[in-house]
Amino acid sequence: MSTHSITVTVNGQAHSAEVESRLLLVHFIRDTLRLTGTHIGCDTSHCGACTVLLDDHPVKSCTMFAVQADGRAIRTVEGLEQGGALHPVQAGFKEEHGLQCGYCTPGMMMTATALLEHSTNPTEAEIRQAISGNLCRCTGYVNIVKAIQHAAGAMQAASVAAPAKNVAAETATTA
Amino acid sequence: MIPSRFDYVAPSTLDDAVTLLREHGGEAKVLSGGQSLIPMLKLRLATPTVLVDINRIPGLDYVEERDGALHIGALAREAELERSAVVRARYPLLFDTARVIADPIVRNSATICGNVAHGDPGNDHPATMIALDASFVIRGANGTRTVAARDFFVGLFTTLLEPDEIVTEIVIPSPPARSGGAYMKLERKVGDFATAAVAAQLTLDSTGACQRAGIALTNVGATPIRAASAEAFLAGKPLDATTIGEAATMAASAAEPVADRRGSEEYKRDLVRVLAARALQKAARRARGETGTGEA
Repeated sequence: MSTHSITVTVNGQAHSAEVESRLLLVHFIRDTLRLTGTHIGCDTSHCGACTVLLDDHPVKSCTMFAVQADGRAIRTVEGLEQGGALHPVQAGFKEEHGLQCGYCTPGMMMTATALLEHSTNPTEAEIRQAISGNLCRCTGYVNIVKAIQHAAGAMQAASVAAPAKNVAAETATTA
Repeated sequence: MIPSRFDYVAPSTLDDAVTLLREHGGEAKVLSGGQSLIPMLKLRLATPTVLVDINRIPGLDYVEERDGALHIGALAREAELERSAVVRARYPLLFDTARVIADPIVRNSATICGNVAHGDPGNDHPATMIALDASFVIRGANGTRTVAARDFFVGLFTTLLEPDEIVTEIVIPSPPARSGGAYMKLERKVGDFATAAVAAQLTLDSTGACQRAGIALTNVGATPIRAASAEAFLAGKPLDATTIGEAATMAASAAEPVADRRGSEEYKRDLVRVLAARALQKAARRARGETGTGEA
């Protein structure tokens, strides 16, 4: 049966491997690359614990084959922290107690990261819609929403400190 | 869960893809978004020996309106319908439908053409495509053919698609002025298949009466069901509450539900009546320009 040589960029670093056709992306990430921050939850594409970013869009890595990721860029939870500093999303989950058992957290944070990269000031409804494919059985989601709002605020403050790119979005914040 | 072993090929042209499908006969499956196929492979409900991955074929990821129709390519993802300004403004039924398919993460991968090609009566786009009078462009080794959505679905997980054919495009006629549509779905939770759902597409005449109605039902039969008698009943009538109520009752009588964990036959049939009335009311409001897709 077929094996394939693939090269996948994970958190900015290229990884080459020989993989069987049926190897799932989540197993490639966890077992081949030993990046175990990405969790396997339901294994049926319902829960979102295995969410990673594929070319900046969230996907469920239990429902994709590693060979499909050949030549593409993946980001996992290990790629959020930069130079020892927590990503604003990670800081938000810490400050707002956005986790209890932590099992859903890596997937939840990757979805949140993608949301905030595309939408700087999401409403609560937009946040809840965005994370509707990530199940949490502990928190009731209230603190997760707060954590993402906290991160949005921090990322906006950082972009105000830098040259403002989107004046309309800043105005909307105060409305 | 680990799928059975299979060979994987990723052709770079549609011609190569259909040639591969023909070579392997019924042993090969097309991999596009994979959001139905891969779970079936993992559960070993499907055990093809070859996967033909069409994701490396360029130029198939379009959603664009041209020549009086909306064209959706084989690799356009559900999320693209949510992002498309033209879909949101002019095809509210399609927009509504995309918003309730699976969940937002799955919609980044799942394709619209895959949703119809799969032939699952629980999928949402088949009813929508019937209500919109869409047609499917199908490529095989012997060339291209076009099949109307209303003729495409023939049984449980069974369509007119041959094993060596690919749905390459969906074509939806652009709705004329004074048109609107809506999709109403009851699901137990985000990502569930519909307990029942109703797609409605209306065009009004200059007096505000119904000129054309398209109505189809999701997951209350082995295939999506076109509520043809309700469509015919509405033609030429004013869209008041009484008329819509009668049409909704006719739509419910077209349903062929079976009892399962989502509800009894009687419950599902009555649910179709309620959802049909709501979908028709919302479609009529949109056709009159009273409301858009903002409240999604």
